Amino acid sequence: MTERIEIVVDGSTVVTTRGTSVASALLDAGVTAFRVSLGGSVRAPLCGMGVCYECRVTIDDVPHQRACMRTVEPGMRIDTGAGE
Amino acid sequence: MTATHGDALVVGAGIVGAACALALARDGWRVTVLDRAYASAGTTSVGMGHIVVMDDSPAQLALTAYGVERWRELAPELDARSERDPCGTLWIAEDDAQIAALRSKRETYGSARVQAELLDAAELVDAEPNLRPGLAGALLVPGDEVIYPPGATLRLLALAREQGAVLREGAAVTAIEANGVRTDSGTLRADVVVNAASVGAAALTPELPIIPRKGHLAITDRYPGFCRHQLVELGYLTSAHSMSGQSVAFNVQPRPTGQVLIGSSRELAGWNAELNRDVLRRMLARATDLMPGLGALSVIRAWTGFRPATPDKLPLIGRWEPTPGLWIAAGHEGLGITTSLATAQIIADRIAGRTPAVDDAPFTPMRALAAAPVQ
Amino acid sequence: MTATHACDVLVVGAGPAGIAAAANAAECGARVVVVDEAAAPGGQIWRSSSHTPPPRAARRWLRRLRDSGAAVESRAGVVDVERRGDGFHALIEREHERVLMNARAIVLATGARERFLPFPGWTLPNVFGIGGAQALLKSGMTVRGKRVVIAGSGPLLLPVAASLSHAGARVVLVAEQAPAGRVMRFAAALWRRPFTALQAARLRAAFMRTPYVFGTWIAAADGDERLTSVEVVDADGGRRRLACDVLCAAFGLVPNVEVARLLGCELLDGFVRVDGQQATSSASVYCAGEPTGIGGVDLALVEGAIAGRAAAGHSPAPADVRRRNRVRRAARELDAAFALRPELRSLADESTIVCRCEDVRLGQLDPSWTTRQAKLYTRAGMGACQGRICGAALECVRSWPPDTVRPPLRPARVATLLPE
Repeated sequence: MTERIEIVVDGSTVVTTRGTSVASALLDAGVTAFRVSLGGSVRAPLCGMGVCYECRVTIDDVPHQRACMRTVEPGMRIDTGAGE
Repeated sequence: MTATHGDALVVGAGIVGAACALALARDGWRVTVLDRAYASAGTTSVGMGHIVVMDDSPAQLALTAYGVERWRELAPELDARSERDPCGTLWIAEDDAQIAALRSKRETYGSARVQAELLDAAELVDAEPNLRPGLAGALLVPGDEVIYPPGATLRLLALAREQGAVLREGAAVTAIEANGVRTDSGTLRADVVVNAASVGAAALTPELPIIPRKGHLAITDRYPGFCRHQLVELGYLTSAHSMSGQSVAFNVQPRPTGQVLIGSSRELAGWNAELNRDVLRRMLARATDLMPGLGALSVIRAWTGFRPATPDKLPLIGRWEPTPGLWIAAGHEGLGITTSLATAQIIADRIAGRTPAVDDAPFTPMRALAAAPVQ
Repeated sequence: MTATHACDVLVVGAGPAGIAAAANAAECGARVVVVDEAAAPGGQIWRSSSHTPPPRAARRWLRRLRDSGAAVESRAGVVDVERRGDGFHALIEREHERVLMNARAIVLATGARERFLPFPGWTLPNVFGIGGAQALLKSGMTVRGKRVVIAGSGPLLLPVAASLSHAGARVVLVAEQAPAGRVMRFAAALWRRPFTALQAARLRAAFMRTPYVFGTWIAAADGDERLTSVEVVDADGGRRRLACDVLCAAFGLVPNVEVARLLGCELLDGFVRVDGQQATSSASVYCAGEPTGIGGVDLALVEGAIAGRAAAGHSPAPADVRRRNRVRRAARELDAAFALRPELRSLADESTIVCRCEDVRLGQLDPSWTTRQAKLYTRAGMGACQGRICGAALECVRSWPPDTVRPPLRPARVATLLPE
């Protein structure tokens, strides 16, 4: 399926395709700051398989969601760089 | 600072032992702290790190109020790793009967010159929006604090080292003797020996009525601003006070990272440190009862620990007459962090022949010899 | 919201081992439920999505799984499992609810994760694992036109390089840390195993122009808010800078043995010890695939089959036993060929982050500390990954044994952990 769908990333519309993981969609949209570490540095996916928790973002107002373990849905709202 | 006294040995490098080491070192003693493992290895590493005035008895009130004051005085000397947070405590009232109890509590605190103010229902919602709606109010104790116990313990030891104190880790004390201790590598002599061995204190001084009282804790991921104060239910006092059975009581604490520390539970389970799933579930249930939003928070870890408990709920602080040179600083149950500096100062004062700032008669370890055996 | 179910065999993990175990157990007549965190079965190696169809072998097995009648619960993570009565009670978390599962027997097919070793710059965005990059690619990540460096160790390097290349990436370097001699001897032995040799040949042909070098590793990654270049250490000791957009770096695989340890299964050299029927030291708990020893798809499938039948009370098929022993031998040789060189343990300097969750730098960790002291004093290992990333690194770098396992097995909502 290459059905194009729209999600919202940090308030802006991003076009992606159904079946894409949130992490892959964000990376393709040029996002490099998924979250901010305790020491203030930006972090992005590392392990790609739900182990490292570096790709955590807020999805539809629920924080600490592993972007690599979630699939995009139409209208999904993603907020990144959540200062922790 | 040159030592003006002789040698002092402190058994146990938990927060109480570290506090004793600092007080004695600053008094001019040549201090050696001995720990069978490493600094903060025991109870100090597993507790909540609260510094809280507790009024379950007049003696406890005086001691904890003194303890809170000592932490406030020491604050400028603490470091980042101690993670001191002067967030205050909110004692929660679920209904009007509990509000009445809080009013009386405010008077009691006032008598000990501890600032406390009553918040009504609306003010409570403002102060802590994530508490369940419909609560009657709370008592705010703004002077209470939270620290990170392992960090603070290391800091106290570092300050003690500045006065020449020495820490020997991996040094197990097998017995306490007159003016000395026996270890695996020989006997050490000292003018003063302080038994600050927490749940292990009774193994060294068998008459001490200290038994392990198991607790559970859970910590969440980061949710900055979810709660701003340490939160406790009035029932915490009942739970802390009773000696039998299993009990849980709402006690939640913010960490500087925004993580929420969720407690509390008490049970007598011998030395079984295994996580008790039923107790953990009940503890979390009570917590979500008072703070429904907790349900959605992600728990990263859960663990257990042992509090050193005594039958009359008071610690044992002072000279142990039967053994020359021996002082006891143990049995603090859930108030070890709170009263560590106060305990240390009382010990240092008595050794120096000074009158302590609080009446220490209720804490005399000698009461163990006069009392009935522990249940 | 809580749902309660019961089954005969609970299979944890839906990679090849779990799929084989579940299909076999169900074919023996057992009521089987497979629980898996991913969106669809397949694990890592058979990961599929709308972007990537499953490989042919996977399709056959997935069809067999479907036909067997085993139930698959995807997007479901095991948070806790304990013995209860004669069997087991598992606590499972889904996106919006929890599932309580009672089972008579358990097959652990929890796979493996990558081993990450810290080096300066490894926390920069666009530094991925090798399997990690593959996973992201299969879930839709675009790499077209990107300059990619793949570095680390093991047989994953080439297949992932091929995948990325096929997807349009410019793979500018594939750096295997093992010395050429060792890997060549391993490759020379491939003639005895026709299938793997064919795979290797196909891969090599796929990107003849990409430098695949041995005895080479990445000493550092550089960039501001994202990766822009890496520092390469060549086999002759020379250092050079190489501009790139993506670095895939990982050093072998670490078995996921947390559930096994929670259930009291004995480990041997870090892997779950199993007998001829894939039974662990813990009664009615079986284990198959990577957690018993890193061995790839073929071994996972045959171990899964044996474990599934055993969990359903049936003895293994003799052909499976023979095949397992054959494939296991091959797996051991692989291990030796790709053993990690000592230099990789000292890539991190004092300012390199070791615990990513809590931002603890190497310089903050006193080498004389136990793991527990490190945790208490710095909070290393106390973050959301529960020490899975830094723990493996620390074990490698400082030989620190792992800590006790307690529930929750991974972060779980308070609501999931409430009374049942």
